[in-house]
Amino acid sequence: MAQFDLNDDSVVCIVGSGAGGGTLGNELAQKGVKVVILEAGGRYEIPDFINDEWASFAQLAWKDMRTTSGKWRVARDFPNLPAWIVKAVGGSSIHWAGASLRFQDHEFKARSTYGAVQGANLLDWPVTLQEMEPWYAKAEDKLGVTGTNGIPRLPGNNNFKVLAAGARKLGYKEVHTGNMAINSQPRDQRGSCQQIGFCFQGCKSGAKWSTLYAEIPKGEATGNLEVRPNAMAIKIEHDARGKVTGVLYVDASGATQRQKARAVAVAGNSIESPRLLLNSASPMFPNGLANSSGQVGRNYMRHTTGSVYAVFDKPVHMYRGTTMAGIVRDESRLDTKRGFVGGYELETLSIGLPFMAAFLDPGAWGRGFTSALDDYSNMAGMWIVGEDMPQATNRVTLDAKAKDKNGIPVASVHFDDHANDTRMRDHAYRQGAAIYEAVGAVRTFPTTPYPSTHNMGTNRMSANAKDGVVNKFGQTHDIKNLFVSDGSQFTTGAACNPTLTIVALAIRQADAMTGMMSRGEI
Amino acid sequence: MRDVDRRTRVSRRIFLRGSATAVPAAAAAAAGMTVTAESAWAQAAKNLKPQTMATLVKAARDTYPHDRLADSYYITAVAVYDSADPTLRALMESGVAMLDAEAKKRFGTPYLDVLSETDRVSVLRAVEGSPFFKKLRGDLVVTLYNQKPVWVKFGYEGASADKGGYINRGFNDLDWLPEV
Ligand SMILES: Cc1cc2nc3c(=O)[nH]c(=O)nc-3n(C[C@H](O)[C@H](O)[C@H](O)COP(=O)(O)OP(=O)(O)OC[C@H]3O[C@@H](n4cnc5c(N)ncnc54)[C@H](O)[C@@H]3O)c2cc1C
Ligand code: SF4
Repeated sequence: MAQFDLNDDSVVCIVGSGAGGGTLGNELAQKGVKVVILEAGGRYEIPDFINDEWASFAQLAWKDMRTTSGKWRVARDFPNLPAWIVKAVGGSSIHWAGASLRFQDHEFKARSTYGAVQGANLLDWPVTLQEMEPWYAKAEDKLGVTGTNGIPRLPGNNNFKVLAAGARKLGYKEVHTGNMAINSQPRDQRGSCQQIGFCFQGCKSGAKWSTLYAEIPKGEATGNLEVRPNAMAIKIEHDARGKVTGVLYVDASGATQRQKARAVAVAGNSIESPRLLLNSASPMFPNGLANSSGQVGRNYMRHTTGSVYAVFDKPVHMYRGTTMAGIVRDESRLDTKRGFVGGYELETLSIGLPFMAAFLDPGAWGRGFTSALDDYSNMAGMWIVGEDMPQATNRVTLDAKAKDKNGIPVASVHFDDHANDTRMRDHAYRQGAAIYEAVGAVRTFPTTPYPSTHNMGTNRMSANAKDGVVNKFGQTHDIKNLFVSDGSQFTTGAACNPTLTIVALAIRQADAMTGMMSRGEI
Repeated sequence: MRDVDRRTRVSRRIFLRGSATAVPAAAAAAAGMTVTAESAWAQAAKNLKPQTMATLVKAARDTYPHDRLADSYYITAVAVYDSADPTLRALMESGVAMLDAEAKKRFGTPYLDVLSETDRVSVLRAVEGSPFFKKLRGDLVVTLYNQKPVWVKFGYEGASADKGGYINRGFNDLDWLPEV
């Protein structure tokens, strides 16, 4: 495995090893580019994963201090946990459920399709579906997405059976076990899904794609990729001409190191990426790096989520098998007659008893609450994933007071639902409940959104430098050898889970970057 | 469909190591323990008064009442408060004193002696915003529901990778709906 010198300024330095950073790192390494990935978390391999919700949370989750404000309920219930994401090699691609959907054509053109929505900071992406299609195809092949490339879909589990029967009764047409980055048969030297049911805790069979074991080892095998765990990037440095020169980071021993680099790619997920750019402010860039537009940290999106759980008079045991292999797609269509712009997907979801107690109705107690848990084994569950409106005021900033253990200001996340988000969620709650009632639900529970698992938009892509932070290749408008490679690039969020698009963009970015390097542009 | 055997397995190994946690949950249930300050587990508290221990157990059940759960699980859940940490101990002793004061004001007896659950819950509602209750409730979500023997009672089977997943253990055995 490669080990690069701190003073080797021929490397590309990537911050974060998750879906975006881990993919970019492997892609560049395959093309012969030397790469150092700095990863704040430790490295845990498949045998280290724990089939236990709280123990796994303690092992993998990002628990460093963050603060919150705004009217979202998360700020009240979990004031220091705005997002439920990972701090470890592999990033949130360890936690993720694997749902892998393409954006629809109109979702790349939200501003021109939906028009001016009051209070929303809508913008069209500087790329189209047509341009993205070949990259989506490569991403689906890389991830081994079921329902693409001739890969059969997964078998439906009990939770899916309930969702599907109810959805069919209601007349929904596009109902199946999804497009999942989970092997339904052995592929890419990884086995097939054993229906273990702890997809969120790290897949112990390796059937689910994660950069941890599906990308990073391949990159390492080329001799061009070094992943440095327990390396927390704290500042990106630049020279007098305004080009970035490397990254300061704190290593496992607490010492500060400087990795020199020819280019830097930020992929710390949508809360840490803007934090790092803002904390890298300098006399030349007083508002933070790449922030001439003032958009760094703004337009934070988290999808219009929520869950619906339902209790039946017969057992379901929803926790058995894949967490999210089941989807109803009909409501993701473009149809403003429903009273909102954008659409949503309904996907199966199950959480174990410990998380159900914590998330079904945070803060609730007494018999109203416990009687729901009493029926845990008779519960089915689904999750709503809808397009939320980007708003300039939904924003990641540096906390004025709180600092982390390195003395660096922590990220503060402000979020308010847009009226469109609320209308969409209410519609989805009604439809979700109707699905379950159609097959005999005794009680249904519209459940408040969890701390964010999908985080997007805080360094958004724009055609025009004044509207956003990066161009169509994730290259910052202001600094040509500084890139953004994660979900923070999203101009808008679409009605689907983000990771396939993050991966497709990372593959495309690696291609664009090597072109720029060979042309001597960076 | 394969359901889950929810019966309590009683072990004969009852040993009192002088702390509340030393009472194996199943054994306590089998012994038919009731919640009083005279109970052996309450008397065995090292740092809290037995009355405080017993009141916490009662309040824990009143907060998250599950008729299918024996007191033993609630005893285990609050055992963490029998701590040498003076701040935590003070919070618990003063919190219970507050519950007793509220119960006396409303019903003329300490919390533990208020007979009806509805009445005790009205006491808890009155102190819902206090740091004591917020801590008790917030902790219980984990200390009660994260006990593996409790999972069995709710039909949740927990870890499955060590058993080969659910692929041959009923991931799709639901048989009461038409196939689609
Ligand atoms: C429970 C759960 C279920 C999900 N299910 C799905 C799904 O089914 N489908 C889907 O599309 N998406 C899903 N997601 C979302 C998906 O995980 C993310 O969209 C994706 O992983 C984001 O990729 P990323 O590269 O932006 O960030 P991440 O994958 O989170 O990676 C960021 C990495 O950067 C590191 N980092 C951050 N700051 C620094 C720093 N300063 N220095 C060094 N390292 C740093 C972090 O530790 C982390 O490892 C799910 C997420 C969760 C939590
Ligand atoms: S259900 Fe399948 S994908 Fe999920 S953890 Fe188990 S083996 Fe992995």
